[in-house]
Amino acid sequence: MAEQLSQKPKAQLDAEFSDLYRAHLRDVYSYAYYRVGDHHDAEDLTEQTFLQAYRHFERAQRESNGRPLRPWLIRIAHNLAANLYRDRARKPASPIDETTVLASPHTTEQLVEGRDELSRVLDGVRLLPDDRREALIMRFALGMDNREIARALGRSDGATKVLIHRAIKQLEELVVEHGGSERSSRNGRSPAV
Amino acid sequence: MSEAAPNFEGLLREALAPVEPPADLVKRLEGPLMSITEMAADELEAWELSAMRDPRNWARPAVALVAGGVAGAALVLLRARRRTGPTQTGLGELRDAAEQTIRDLGRDTRRLLGDR
Repeated sequence: MAEQLSQKPKAQLDAEFSDLYRAHLRDVYSYAYYRVGDHHDAEDLTEQTFLQAYRHFERAQRESNGRPLRPWLIRIAHNLAANLYRDRARKPASPIDETTVLASPHTTEQLVEGRDELSRVLDGVRLLPDDRREALIMRFALGMDNREIARALGRSDGATKVLIHRAIKQLEELVVEHGGSERSSRNGRSPAV
Repeated sequence: MSEAAPNFEGLLREALAPVEPPADLVKRLEGPLMSITEMAADELEAWELSAMRDPRNWARPAVALVAGGVAGAALVLLRARRRTGPTQTGLGELRDAAEQTIRDLGRDTRRLLGDR
């Protein structure tokens, strides 16, 4: 009886799913892109995510009690990516396409420097352990807050806060280390250890 | 360490800028999704069966039937139209992923949405 009462007309559900899709297509695509490292696989992952989401949408809505469904969507993408690539290398199969880096105009010098720096950051992101990398993608590419990330990763809010803090710290170290070794190579010296 | 510290989060935000989905993906996804939402379940069954009569669609729908879902079948058909000559490895991965995801999803939905 309770279930009958909670059921919505199909047309309404479909309209709500369309809204969800339009609101979060970019989020899912961005997550997929940074997760798998190329546009082709990101498109596949995005397609699968929304089709899977549609299958379970009514139940998700019923059980969400009005809370945002973005973490649930990202969780679907996360599971799909993990399952699809579990037999491949755990990191993105190819380096993240650098053409997506730097959207705003810069001078030539700034462009080169900026590209170097951002490339180092992206390289560092790829070197992070999976959970740290995903947390940073959710925070910085999708703008999710700690609570949303916690729900998407199935962790507590506190554990998520620590995870993000450590991820940023480790990434900073990687970027500095990588920058240092590049400079040393240019100067013909071995990087300091 | 001080080199990266000043506005590292800003740098990170710039490096991980949101990526706009390609326009053709939007169109490609929107069509099938909207079609699915407009079809009744029995119509979808008939649609799957008629799609199976076309040999070009056999490989991908077979994977979808293993996955056991209408939406899965829609995806697979969508891809069958877009690509040709999938490798066996690709099919195996897709099937495994779909099976695993369906198993995970029920559990995750309950876990993620059930607790406040």
